[in-house]
Amino acid sequence: MGDTPHRSAHAGTGGTRVATSHEWPAGASARVAEPSGTPGMPDNGLGGGGGLPRARAFGAERAFRGLTLAAGTTVLVVIAAIAIFLIAKAVPALRANSESFWTFEGWFPNDDPPKFGIGALAFGTVLTALLALLMAVPVALGIALYLSHYAPRRLGNGLGFLIDLLAAVPSVVFGLWGRDYFAQPVADLSAWLNRYFGWIPIFGDGPYGNSILLGSVVLAIMVLPIVTSLSREVFRQTPTANEEAALALGATRWEMVRTAVLPYGRPGVIAAVMLGLGRALGETIALALTLGSTYAISFNILQSGGNSIAANIANRFAEANDTGRGALIASGLVLFAITLIVNITARAIIYRRREFTESAA
Amino acid sequence: MTATVTSHRPQPPAQPVTLRARRLPAYAAPVIAVVALLASAGVVYGAGIGGPVLVVVVAALLYLAGLYAAANAVEGRRAARNRTWSALIHSAFVLAVLPLASVVWTLVSKGSERLDGNFFGTSMNNIGARDANGGAYHAIVGTLEQVGIATLITVPLGVLCAIYVVEYGRGRFAFTIRFFVDVMTGIPSIVTGLFVLAFWVLVVSPWFNDGRPGFSGFAAALALSVLMLPTVVRSTEEMLRLVPAPLREGAYALGVPKWKTILRVVLPTALPGIVTGIMLAIARAAGETAPVLLVAGGGAAINFNPFENNQSSLALFVYQQAGEASKYSPARAWTAALTLVALVLILTVAAKLLARRNRLGR
Amino acid sequence: MAKRIEATDVTAYYGGFKAIENISLTVEPKTVTALIGPSGCGKSTFLRSINRMHEVLPGARVEGSLTIDNQDIYDRDVDVTAVRRMIGMVFQRPNPFPTMSIFENVVAGLRLNGVRRKSILEEAAEKALRSANLWDEVKDRLGKPGAGLSGGQQQRLCIARTIAVEPQVVLMDEPCSALDPISTLAIEDLMFQLKDKFTIIIVTHNMQQAARVSDRTAFFSIEKTGDPGRLIEYDNTQKIFSNPSQKKTEDYITGRFG
Repeated sequence: MGDTPHRSAHAGTGGTRVATSHEWPAGASARVAEPSGTPGMPDNGLGGGGGLPRARAFGAERAFRGLTLAAGTTVLVVIAAIAIFLIAKAVPALRANSESFWTFEGWFPNDDPPKFGIGALAFGTVLTALLALLMAVPVALGIALYLSHYAPRRLGNGLGFLIDLLAAVPSVVFGLWGRDYFAQPVADLSAWLNRYFGWIPIFGDGPYGNSILLGSVVLAIMVLPIVTSLSREVFRQTPTANEEAALALGATRWEMVRTAVLPYGRPGVIAAVMLGLGRALGETIALALTLGSTYAISFNILQSGGNSIAANIANRFAEANDTGRGALIASGLVLFAITLIVNITARAIIYRRREFTESAA
Repeated sequence: MTATVTSHRPQPPAQPVTLRARRLPAYAAPVIAVVALLASAGVVYGAGIGGPVLVVVVAALLYLAGLYAAANAVEGRRAARNRTWSALIHSAFVLAVLPLASVVWTLVSKGSERLDGNFFGTSMNNIGARDANGGAYHAIVGTLEQVGIATLITVPLGVLCAIYVVEYGRGRFAFTIRFFVDVMTGIPSIVTGLFVLAFWVLVVSPWFNDGRPGFSGFAAALALSVLMLPTVVRSTEEMLRLVPAPLREGAYALGVPKWKTILRVVLPTALPGIVTGIMLAIARAAGETAPVLLVAGGGAAINFNPFENNQSSLALFVYQQAGEASKYSPARAWTAALTLVALVLILTVAAKLLARRNRLGR
Repeated sequence: MAKRIEATDVTAYYGGFKAIENISLTVEPKTVTALIGPSGCGKSTFLRSINRMHEVLPGARVEGSLTIDNQDIYDRDVDVTAVRRMIGMVFQRPNPFPTMSIFENVVAGLRLNGVRRKSILEEAAEKALRSANLWDEVKDRLGKPGAGLSGGQQQRLCIARTIAVEPQVVLMDEPCSALDPISTLAIEDLMFQLKDKFTIIIVTHNMQQAARVSDRTAFFSIEKTGDPGRLIEYDNTQKIFSNPSQKKTEDYITGRFG
């Protein structure tokens, strides 16, 4: 936020004099500028009555600009290459698949004929990610508000720093902790939930162990610091003037948060949540360690089982033959598409909101 | 004028006639808490539906309800809402601290078990299921080399890309690049691993490898640099934008060409911020397991050559040890995890301290 | 409706720094009182301590007594939100809520007070906008963002938002310092009308403005940087600007310092 005005300020003022002569596409001015030592132009280049020196065609300026342009283009090339290579490797495996890729519940790509389907994996990916966000986001927003507007400033900054550090802890650590130390409490919880709330279909029968519930709780704990850290940054940027305006109208602290802080931070919070969702959808190792690796679509989140696209790739990669790799790459392509859709949607929301607030400002 | 005011009086909002408001006494909150705890214990144990955890959960809910009711009766609805939300926000904090603290505690207590010279001095070569020793030397070497190469690839590319977007790019093309950098931030690490698998390991590397797929540390570095690129571009971009326009204009006015202005004036001014961004990107890449798992092969022996043969990494080592059946592997996994976290945290803390000391703008 | 404010020995701190010391003055109902003085003399601090906005800043506190119609504002049992509803405030820079429309901005205070009925809100919004001389300019675009107005309009919108909750006192902290001369004039005109209903206290750097709009003027000053601000002279505006009794006031008025 707030970066675009900055940009337009420098785009308008900086660069005018120096840039205009260099700003055109390479072909346009190259010819014209070529003869740099032509008559009518004094050799010393300083003052004189002979007019200003012309821009050089292959100067350092153009070279540098070309270099940066090439670097910028690399980003587009890489994204395109990701799509192309994944498709190229996935297609042969998909051709060889003897079952429906979308609906078959199982993963036997090394067999002859190969049989594999993405349905259960995609279902597990989306389910764990959504459950994780459902648990993490309210808590994360609460903590972010606590750190930015409720805690004493020193404490808030200190704890915020700690949260930032937790956001940097590698996911394999959370996965290991989830599998070795958190599985038992979650299994106990599962048994309790099943006993008293078993009439709700998602709290079905056991056995309890590495389940969707465990996976999504671990995922929630992992996503929590990321969403907290981003939203705290957003909440802290609320203009003091708006907070004071709310207080001066006689708002309580919560009402101040609701009228000034939350509306102002909404686009930023959406971005944070979407980023968290992206992380959750693509998380591999934590889920590879905490899900039960089955290939069935089931809403029973307590029972051992569950799987996700990314976890399945990590679990099945070692044993995969050529078709097996192709099948895993095909599943990765689906994951890529899902995250791409989520990301593009999120960015579109943010860009639109940003334009709205800026045209208003 | 006065008449309209008086006629408006009876309608809300009624002005407070007095500034005084009835307040809940200071002892009210602890009293409600104790009552809630006792009631909850009575219900839970009385009905035999759970243990101490459930008592605390039910007590917390009762406390919130009781607080709202009491505040509503004495102080009014607005104050009651304020109190309840405040309590909720505080409890969110406590709720999150518990598991995170457990993770940190487990990491430190379990991780310190194998914190010895043997762990940092040996590899897993020829270590069987019944051997208690064995270490992560090869994995540390792998992590450092892979992350180092990834940094060498990413930093020039990322910084130049950011310079293009901020300083030169105009119109649709620059916008497209910006947009896709944002999108790239969200690409899962396993997908970058698959990409390098499909592109480098299976297609390009067999040319120099007698037609066999070449799993290597370099392939892992490629995957990591795809992950790091958007982070580096974004943070550099943000820092370049914070460089005040008058600074550039000052240089332009002296007749310094734009490229020199960027290299001599803009970049040095933004440098601390850029370095911070790069360090955070490195920290994130160092902790990645999935791409390394797919393309580095993960050998057990020490391999200093990142361009040939399998390499491991710390994160991958943790994952591999977690999957082993040996009773000694959990200790190795946790110690490696502790080492990895220490590495990542040192980078992160250093980056944040650097950011704190050098603040452009804000 | 408007109320009398009495300050007795008011001293305010920012952490360890004493910003104002022993300020005592009485503000009569339905008057405009101007607080003038050089930068850093504590006039804004004093203004913010009247509706307890001073304590919003970390480490800030106030000593002494401030009463509104003989009720102590800083009494332990006093509800801060009630104080601020009774004593509204307009800030130096216009600060409409950026995510809200013009209408939502005006009724923000009423909504906080639990008013939900659309008809009441609409009536109150029109009344407040008319009082703020803004109705004719915005009546056709009440649903547009408040931040889309010009600076002067935004400031009048903020005034409308403040008076919509019908406070007794309106505090203005250099309300025209970010505005152009024409918008300033519009706000000064507005102050003349508003003093029929409200007690107004305005902080201003602009002495002509103080002379134009206020009935009474208080002159604040400091000995040197780091010292607390003190009240030097408080009198009828005419007296202050024509025949001040303190040498310091005269020096400031005539432009010899500050």
